[in-house]
Amino acid sequence: MQSNTNGAGERTKVDIAIIGAGVSGACIARQLSAYETEVALIEKEADVSFGVSKANSGIVHGGFHHGPKYLKTRLEIRGNLMYDRLQRELDFPFSRCGILVVALNDEEMKYIDHLYTQGLENGAIGIEMCSRERMFELEPKLESDCVGGLHAPGGGVIEPYRFVFSVVESAVKNGVQLLREFEVVKAERSGEKHIVHAADGRVVEARYVVNAAGLFADKVSGIFGAEEFQITPRKGEYYLLDRKTKACPNRVLFPVPTKVSKGMLVIPTVEGTVLIGPTAEEIEDKTDLSTNADKLGQILDQARKMVPSVSQTDVIAAFSGLRPALLPEGDFYIDISEKTPNFIQVAGIQSPGLTAAPAIGEYVKDLLKKAGCRLTEKADYDPFVTKLPRIRDYSPFEADELLKKDAAYGNLICRCEKISEAEIVAAIRAGHTTLDGIKYFTRAQMGRCQGGFCSYKIIKLIMRETGMEYDQITKNGRDSVVLTGRL
Amino acid sequence: MSAPETKEMICISCPISCRMTVYEENDSIVVKGNKCARGKVYGEEEYLAPKRMVTCTVATDSEEFPRLPVRTTASIPKETIDELLQELYSLNIKLPVKRGTTLIENYHDTGVDVIATMTLPGRA
Amino acid sequence: MHERTYDVAVIGGGAAGMAAAVEVRRQGLSCAIVERENQLGGILMQCIHNGFGVQEFKKELSGPEFAEEFMDMVADAGTDVFLSTTVDSIEESEQGKELYCYSRKNGVVKLNAQAVILAMGCRERNRGNIRTPGTRPAGVFTAGLAQRLVNVEGYIPGKNVVIVGSGDIGLIMARRMTWVGAKVHGVVEIQPYPAGLTRNIVQCLNDFEIPLYLSHVVSRIEGKNRVEKVTVSPLVNGIPDEDQSFEIPCDTLLLSVGLVPENELSENAGVEISPITSGAVVDSTMMTSVPGIFSCGNVLHVHDLADYAAEEARRTGAYAVAWLQNKKPARQLRIKAGANVRYVSPGMINPELPDKLYLRTLIVKNNAQLVMKLNNNIVKERKLSHVQPSEMVSVKLTKKDVEDWHAESDSVLEVSVQ
Ligand SMILES: Cc1cc2nc3c(=O)[nH]c(=O)nc-3n(C[C@H](O)[C@H](O)[C@H](O)COP(=O)(O)OP(=O)(O)OC[C@H]3O[C@@H](n4cnc5c(N)ncnc54)[C@H](O)[C@@H]3O)c2cc1C
Ligand SMILES: Cc1cc2nc3c(=O)[nH]c(=O)nc-3n(C[C@H](O)[C@H](O)[C@H](O)COP(=O)(O)OP(=O)(O)OC[C@H]3O[C@@H](n4cnc5c(N)ncnc54)[C@H](O)[C@@H]3O)c2cc1C
Ligand code: SF4
Repeated sequence: MQSNTNGAGERTKVDIAIIGAGVSGACIARQLSAYETEVALIEKEADVSFGVSKANSGIVHGGFHHGPKYLKTRLEIRGNLMYDRLQRELDFPFSRCGILVVALNDEEMKYIDHLYTQGLENGAIGIEMCSRERMFELEPKLESDCVGGLHAPGGGVIEPYRFVFSVVESAVKNGVQLLREFEVVKAERSGEKHIVHAADGRVVEARYVVNAAGLFADKVSGIFGAEEFQITPRKGEYYLLDRKTKACPNRVLFPVPTKVSKGMLVIPTVEGTVLIGPTAEEIEDKTDLSTNADKLGQILDQARKMVPSVSQTDVIAAFSGLRPALLPEGDFYIDISEKTPNFIQVAGIQSPGLTAAPAIGEYVKDLLKKAGCRLTEKADYDPFVTKLPRIRDYSPFEADELLKKDAAYGNLICRCEKISEAEIVAAIRAGHTTLDGIKYFTRAQMGRCQGGFCSYKIIKLIMRETGMEYDQITKNGRDSVVLTGRL
Repeated sequence: MSAPETKEMICISCPISCRMTVYEENDSIVVKGNKCARGKVYGEEEYLAPKRMVTCTVATDSEEFPRLPVRTTASIPKETIDELLQELYSLNIKLPVKRGTTLIENYHDTGVDVIATMTLPGRA
Repeated sequence: MHERTYDVAVIGGGAAGMAAAVEVRRQGLSCAIVERENQLGGILMQCIHNGFGVQEFKKELSGPEFAEEFMDMVADAGTDVFLSTTVDSIEESEQGKELYCYSRKNGVVKLNAQAVILAMGCRERNRGNIRTPGTRPAGVFTAGLAQRLVNVEGYIPGKNVVIVGSGDIGLIMARRMTWVGAKVHGVVEIQPYPAGLTRNIVQCLNDFEIPLYLSHVVSRIEGKNRVEKVTVSPLVNGIPDEDQSFEIPCDTLLLSVGLVPENELSENAGVEISPITSGAVVDSTMMTSVPGIFSCGNVLHVHDLADYAAEEARRTGAYAVAWLQNKKPARQLRIKAGANVRYVSPGMINPELPDKLYLRTLIVKNNAQLVMKLNNNIVKERKLSHVQPSEMVSVKLTKKDVEDWHAESDSVLEVSVQ
């Protein structure tokens, strides 16, 4: 990934500018990078995936939660199918562990019936209705009250930020320009072009603009004089359990959903920890990612209804995410703007946005063609990214061989997640120079000590690799400085 | 001499932590609330001239070991601590250094030295 | 892969690891210490304040001085030391144990040893463990990390500081932050009494007029990028009282909310862990549930004095040697934590070879009484001038103590505090 902060007044000229480097923008950018066209991916934060895409359930959904009339359902089904190939190309952790919806009484079992039919209509592959016995066979840790449920074997889990990092890396490798800390504040038309201004004075000129700004898609639409709509943030709070917990299920467990949300889940993450949550609460402030004391009890209660062994003492971290909901329908709004020429809206991308994102990329490419953008395939498009060894995947004997090639794999920096110096250096060299960026890229600081042991070592590596001063090191960009002085 | 004042304090000579009242009467110092003789000694000293040990670090010329820990060899009067800290922060010690090396001798005629508390190697 | 063979391998080169290794060498067996950092000493190297060594060396030293006393002994004893090397796993083999050690310098090294002594120390509890609500900005540090940053690396983590938890590490950091020019606005303690030593309250808080809020919690952290303020709430009937809450503007929050033994390596080797101490379950010889693996120091249970960790480790070294010489205790009695006692370590005692027990109480009390009962008969009593949960109590048992105990092999020794 190339460096972000160009000088003020710097002008980048491209065919297509994508605003927002979340999972949607990233997948659109990668899709377009297969064609002969100049693309800029624009992000206001210090790193990609720092918006909605960093804090969510990380589930590749099974295609039965919503009816076939929704665009989001069609893209969910299609997106899900694209994940296996993406994993081969992009080397991110992904497990098709399957999904279970747990019914705790006969009333709920009726709803399972409805979900099952819906899933069949949607074309979800392999879903089955399960008896009580079948449920316990699939998940021995279930609460004994379970009367039956639904099994969607095609569902799975990914690390969402890690996925976005890989997608962006691939896009950049194929020529996409990544501009970070570029907050779009103003835009105007000049002939056939959009002139897009950043808060720091940088400018991008583009024939086409894609608005994939997540929670702020309404604001960006306004900046371009396009459709008026409102994105409502709906908060979801989570607790993360240590990988030592006894409550780790084999599959993602859903309760029977309510009208407003899919309910509180127990999720075995792809890295072996367990997530419980999310809550669902409409709020006002799109930057309010706080967690609240009263929610923990609720989440634990709900999770224990499915898995009684969930324990408060296993909690290692809490966080929250905001769903960018376009109410009242709650469907995706992906279309060519009718007000602003050559402007594509990708808004209201709430769940199953992560699942659908690869399909959103295709869909937007087709919309761009429809809007008149000429796209011819690139001869030298390379869908693969370089595989980075992770020391924790190596046996001691294999590790010894790896260390002969790069001794830095022998210096274990993060002890909880077993991450070596070589992996952290790779993250820094790939352009992730904030503590959170390195955390999302490598998992260092993500384990039970939450950085207590390793964060100062990571700070020193960032300084060594980039020449940054101690007071330029941030948690996640802007003023989130970590150290305020030097003795 | 200013009017004798009464000080409330906690004895820190042992974990019992007696709460003591200390004041001057007829040219001698009275300690009340102590359970033992050590408390009286502590109370008198804390009343007349409270003293503290200082532990700190000073800069070195090494990148690998940028700070050298140091301490005073005995307690020094409380009111001189800030000045000592400023002096310590202005030092820059060339490595190698051995534990116990005197860095400041007889600080302000108190009879107290500042010594290095760690052995640090020079550049390899 | 390189390979080395020793009688005993010690994992971790802090106070405990060094003391254990020195004892093993003193008895003539070969021994190696494996330490992940680039010097021996462990946590002591960042504890630049004094208050170490009163038991071991009969003088008051700073952490690094205490550590160096042991480093000298390690060197004199001719112990092999692998620095900047992490033990990643312990496997059983026909000859004993295999340790797989990772380092930049030597790649992966396999250490063969007959016996292994675990001395990996502990880690700090963090924000997730105490579940403080609010935002997740920069500026929240554990106190030990802040101590490392200031004392070893020479960086200042913040200017306006609030400290959560009145344990000794938090108190020491209150003074240290003040002495590097930061303003400490308060120490917030959930319990109705301070967790640290009174002398640290006096010297680290009172000297600088830093307020101590007892029975209070930080109920919320606020700040978008960096900490901007915290909400402090008094506990009324155990729950934070919103009406009496107040805010403290600050840019830094230091958490000194307890330590947890770092036993992932031990667990992966099959060692049974006690849910109370989070350390290994050990017998009277400090041997874990896996024969040949011993445990001591902070990885066994959290010690508040390095002196105690070293003392315990020395005995552990001796026990490991005895085990290798096939000297095993004929009988061991189970020890039970009785009234007002959180735990006793070790959990067993050899009536032929009584030694030291460490315990933690559940209560705060002056003039308390330690009572030991064997099969419900009082066998030993001792006055304790002052007890509190944060201060470990050490109890020495002599041969004379146990002579007329008449212990059966199923006897239970119950230890309580009244
Ligand atoms: C609690 C929760 C749980 C979820 N669980 C799942 C799940 O299990 N499975 C699933 O499939 N989906 C799930 N989702 C949905 C999924 O996370 C989202 O649909 C997806 O992350 C949205 O990605 P995005 O790229 O559209 O938005 P974002 O990731 O928010 O990306 C938009 C980007 O635009 C940037 N931006 C905004 N304004 C500007 C500007 N003016 N200039 C420049 N850049 C700007 C932002 O900084 C941001 O990085 C969940 C969502 C939430 C909140
Ligand atoms: C932050 C903090 C502050 C303290 N402050 C005080 C104080 O002020 N006064 C006081 O008397 N006591 C204090 N203590 C307690 C006292 O210092 C300890 O009880 C004592 O030093 C513990 O020694 P140890 O050897 O058990 O652990 P440590 O000193 O923690 O040593 C463990 C060593 O093991 C190494 N290690 C761990 N895992 C591996 C592995 N897999 N491979 C190789 N090496 C490994 C670690 O790097 C470390 O060096 C403090 C403790 C902590 C944690
Ligand atoms: S007066 Fe004596 S008993 Fe009381 S705290 Fe001081 S030393 Fe302890």
